Amino acid sequence: MEPINAPESIDLISLAPVLVLSVFAMAVLVLDLFAGKNKALVVFVSITGLFLSGVSALAKYKLPVYSFNDSYVVDHLSVFFIFLFTLSSALAILLSIEYNRREGIRMGEYYSLILFCTIGMILLASSTDLIMIFLGIEIVSICLYVLAGIRRRDLKSNESALKYFLLGAFATGFLLYGMALVYGTTGSTNLMKIATAIHEGNVNSMPLLLLGVVLLVVGFGFKVSSAPFHMWTPDVYQGAPTPVTAFMAVGPKAAAFAALFRVFTQSLPELDSTWEMVLIVVAVLTMVVGNLGAIMQTNVKRLLAFSSVSHVGYILMAVIAKNSIATASLLFYMLAYAFMIFGVFGIIIMMGREGEENLEIENYAGLGYKHPLLALSMTAFLLSLGGLPPFAGFVAKFYIFSAALKEGLLALVVIAVLNSAISFYYYLKIIVFMYMKEPQQEIRVSLSPITLFVVTVSLIATIQLGIFPDPIIALAQN
Amino acid sequence: MVPLSHYLLLSAALFMIGVVGVLVRRNAIVVFMSIEIMLNAVNISLIAFDKYLNQHDGQVFSFMVMCVAAAEVSVGLAIIISMFRNKPTVNLDEFNIMKW
Repeated sequence: MEPINAPESIDLISLAPVLVLSVFAMAVLVLDLFAGKNKALVVFVSITGLFLSGVSALAKYKLPVYSFNDSYVVDHLSVFFIFLFTLSSALAILLSIEYNRREGIRMGEYYSLILFCTIGMILLASSTDLIMIFLGIEIVSICLYVLAGIRRRDLKSNESALKYFLLGAFATGFLLYGMALVYGTTGSTNLMKIATAIHEGNVNSMPLLLLGVVLLVVGFGFKVSSAPFHMWTPDVYQGAPTPVTAFMAVGPKAAAFAALFRVFTQSLPELDSTWEMVLIVVAVLTMVVGNLGAIMQTNVKRLLAFSSVSHVGYILMAVIAKNSIATASLLFYMLAYAFMIFGVFGIIIMMGREGEENLEIENYAGLGYKHPLLALSMTAFLLSLGGLPPFAGFVAKFYIFSAALKEGLLALVVIAVLNSAISFYYYLKIIVFMYMKEPQQEIRVSLSPITLFVVTVSLIATIQLGIFPDPIIALAQN
Repeated sequence: MVPLSHYLLLSAALFMIGVVGVLVRRNAIVVFMSIEIMLNAVNISLIAFDKYLNQHDGQVFSFMVMCVAAAEVSVGLAIIISMFRNKPTVNLDEFNIMKW
């Protein structure tokens, strides 16, 4: 038995973003008791917490810093992800304000759950130990189960939470079994030690290790919603409250990708011939299933759920390519995707009506005449999601494809490009409805200033990242 | 001493029972129980590996798994109850407003 390490391995400063956020999340819970019906204070405190947490990620200068017996790391990857998470959670909270007022969600726990979920995401992106990764995934998932079902008098929301919960817990079982087998065969839960054990041929049973790796792919596949493990995505995205859907599509997914990226590239690089093949098959399937599924949808949220599945396929290409461009392109894609998603969902929230109504594509007919600016920004977001220049989506896809091409994955890139072409069919369908169809009912848009602010910020960022991507790319390449 | 492979086989068998239970049964509570069986099957392998490797990581891991399972139970049962209040059934096939 090794002696218990001296306290110097405990570096609380490197944990600052998590600690700050934990304090604020609990403060929000308590404050809510005194805040009454007006949630402005609760929202303000939540946003402050997220901001401070993002700032405290910069507390360490010399990166990477390992602490807690090498199970937690602050490196450039995790700092970038912490910024992404705090930003996306803040945008999600801002989007929720108007929505929650309309739907009568008066619980302050809503905001603290988002903060707790962000804590899980930060842990997930900074962990270098299987136990920590497991805990991070569960913190994120359990918060999301509750958030999905927070409209508890609504049967759709219940159904969404139940499906998410059962399938999520089911996937956790697979992930956990994979982790147990990797631990058992390599003798460690630490990602670096696992890599060393495999490198030195210090593995008890190769078949069991490979089985463990496959189970990890299944478990992570569920969490990032890649085909054939994506069945929950459309139902959960449709039934969950709209801001929660936007939140789920960005932060937790990015966090799961961060962990997936770390596990496969840091601890299992020696086995890449195995998991690369599996991931290529998964990526192709994900793109095809996502895009073909989206074509037939009439509900906007459901359509975007399938579209997010297809985006997972593109992002998986970055994990497969795993060169230095790939890491940067993964980060850039996540950032660009965050702004596009929050923009689109901001507009969906403004178009929506009480009781999660007005979410069909037909409801968007004639929006182009009534609110030309709103329709124009919706068009920009949708074209960016499809990957058209000069928007961020184009640059993001371009970098991912070039990273894959550099590794000689020509066939995969061709399939991805063809899939992007298919995706324009359903993105353009919404645009056609907005500009070329007569409205069947009166168009009523709730133009709340905060939601408009989120949409404007997202629009500026989408265009800015599309025209001047260099600073962010340079930042991501570190 | 019982060899490691026996424990692993037991764990694999329990895990499969859990998986089949989730896929076959339609009662939300039973599906939920099957998921718990899966998690506990993994605990058996963790502890067995731990004993075999003469370490303590596996035991710590299994404690974490138990904590997470407990948290999951509380949230899961709450979701099932709030669902039951709106529609008095726990049969999963009756929850199909949206396509599965």
